[in-house]
Amino acid sequence: MGELRLMKGNEAIAEGFIRAGVDAYYGYPITPQSEVMEYLMAEKPEERTGMVVLQAESELAAINMVYGAACTGKKIVTSSSSPGISLMQESFSYIAGSEVPAVVLNVVRGGPGLGDIQPAQSDYFQSTKGGGHGDYRQIVLAPSSVQEMYDFVNLAFDLAFKYRIMVLILSDGAIGQMMEKVMLDEQKPRLTNQEIKDRFDSWALTGRTPGREHNIITSLDLDQENLERHNFHLQKKYKEIEENEVILEEVSLEDAEYVFMAYGTSARICHKALQIARKEGIKVGLLRPITLWPFPEKKVKELASKVKGFLSVEMSAGQMIEDIRLAVEGKTKVAHFGRYGGVIHSPEEVVAALKSKIIGG
Amino acid sequence: MAEIKLEDIIKPENLVFQKTKLFTDKPLSYCPGCGHGVVHRLILEAIEELGIESETIGVAPVGCSVLAYEFMNIDIAQAPHGRAPALATGIKRVYPEKFVFTYQGDGDLAAIGTAETIHACNRGENISIFFINNGIYGMTGGQMAPTTLPGMASSTSPYGRDVASMGHPLKMTELVANLPGTRFVARHAVHTPALVRKAKKAILKAFENQKENKGLSFIEIVSNCNSGWKMTPVKSNQWLTENMLEYYKLGTLKDE
Ligand SMILES: Cc1ncc(C[n+]2csc(CCOP(=O)(O)OP(=O)(O)O)c2C)c(N)n1
Ligand code: SF4
Repeated sequence: MGELRLMKGNEAIAEGFIRAGVDAYYGYPITPQSEVMEYLMAEKPEERTGMVVLQAESELAAINMVYGAACTGKKIVTSSSSPGISLMQESFSYIAGSEVPAVVLNVVRGGPGLGDIQPAQSDYFQSTKGGGHGDYRQIVLAPSSVQEMYDFVNLAFDLAFKYRIMVLILSDGAIGQMMEKVMLDEQKPRLTNQEIKDRFDSWALTGRTPGREHNIITSLDLDQENLERHNFHLQKKYKEIEENEVILEEVSLEDAEYVFMAYGTSARICHKALQIARKEGIKVGLLRPITLWPFPEKKVKELASKVKGFLSVEMSAGQMIEDIRLAVEGKTKVAHFGRYGGVIHSPEEVVAALKSKIIGG
Repeated sequence: MAEIKLEDIIKPENLVFQKTKLFTDKPLSYCPGCGHGVVHRLILEAIEELGIESETIGVAPVGCSVLAYEFMNIDIAQAPHGRAPALATGIKRVYPEKFVFTYQGDGDLAAIGTAETIHACNRGENISIFFINNGIYGMTGGQMAPTTLPGMASSTSPYGRDVASMGHPLKMTELVANLPGTRFVARHAVHTPALVRKAKKAILKAFENQKENKGLSFIEIVSNCNSGWKMTPVKSNQWLTENMLEYYKLGTLKDE
């Protein structure tokens, strides 16, 4: 049985953590996502499900608590905003190298540096290209509503455990702070220690079960041939994800001559811009990637040979546009529009940009 | 003289000493004479004697003992440099009934990981921290550590540590003993058989404290790094006795 509530995005995802049967949340306060931990602490999830919530001394500690606990096969999560996520990058790389499942939420704010506390989408490069060291990937999910903040928790954990990979939920200050209706589903039970042993004993640190080899979670291999082989294995896994896990939303693309490509808050603005443009007779559609990595390369390629141009609408100086250009391979026009540093563009500005940069440009 | 056959010697009744079962068969990567191997052995003996090998989860650091996971036949994770106490916290909080320990060098624990160490201690996590203080960064080739003694030469303090510009050696053990979150804080050494026996007792106690939910046990082991100190193992142990123990006094600082 569902339950309808009016909630902030940050609260909805926190409730999602509890209802998804998450075992622990470790975090450190930062605007605009502090409501996540505040909500969790107020909800007493220890009593509701036995979920652990702990305020760490820094994002470094928080992500390493996540790393340690994730090594045990439990469902572990943290959340932060841009500067805090930057601090966590070394451990994202460790999580990738040692292949443990974990979920991280980034409620993005304006940068660079301490920036501001307004919504932004300027962490796209960091999220999709690997902000840490080494050849690695993480799945990136981009919610564009409070409902999706909630829904993507289960999706993120399913993917994290399916591939033993880190899944980043890339939100922004607008979606984190705004209130919308959200349909909550029923409480999922947390797995018991025995269930975890039954499912993950081949790799997880559950205490060496008599009769099996000891499990080791490490990202180190000092033999370069071995490490290359491990990298081959990782790349094969990433390829499989690229082929199987792309999620996107298409709006009015059937007859589209132009495409807005946008995610998160920008995608919401593009919905409105699309209506305005269509009223004026401009045949524009919207392609909203829900997975930013894997990027919907095939879909973009397919559209590139049909449409007259793509406008990448991002609350950044233009980051996703690089992936669009790579997929388009010069077959059609590609331009960027977006306000940034915490400023949000209006639908009218987006339509004007479509006209000046693509239609007339 | 009668011929002696090997089979006549290798008999259970002649066994006086053997490899701890919890050591894997991998050859240790440590330099001959280094204290790391002895401390590994003591920890593994303690786990074996308590019969908790299937209930223990270890966390290895970055440092010479980064490969501890190769040698310790228990479930074990390898932490980013300095973050072992955070990993251990994460693990223990979701598995309060397991025995969780970190094994860390002085660069790992007292430099890059100072914050994680102090806060894990301050929260009174019910874990054991084993801290191997050899006054130097062994793994990276003998650079100055926060624990390097005044005047002591290292590759990044080639003329000796000048405390006026390089700061003073950090006594982490005294520091954490002052925190209300710690229960059992002690400093030991392992360069003589008598000291090895004492250190073993402390390590056992650290694990027993976890069983009784007593909170954090912090055991420093003052050790040598004969390679980094550029000494023979024998000379390094003499130097340790004459210099390190003067600054890092052995004994129990706190036992509540
Ligand atoms: C983030 C990071 N910084 C630096 C290093 C390089 N590094 C590896 S081991 C080490 C020092 C270890 O010294 P210590 O903890 O004293 O252990 P020992 O090797 O002496 O046992 C350093 C600086 C690293 N691996 N990661
Ligand atoms: S370098 Fe030093 S600490 Fe490392 S194994 Fe050799 S003697 Fe031990």
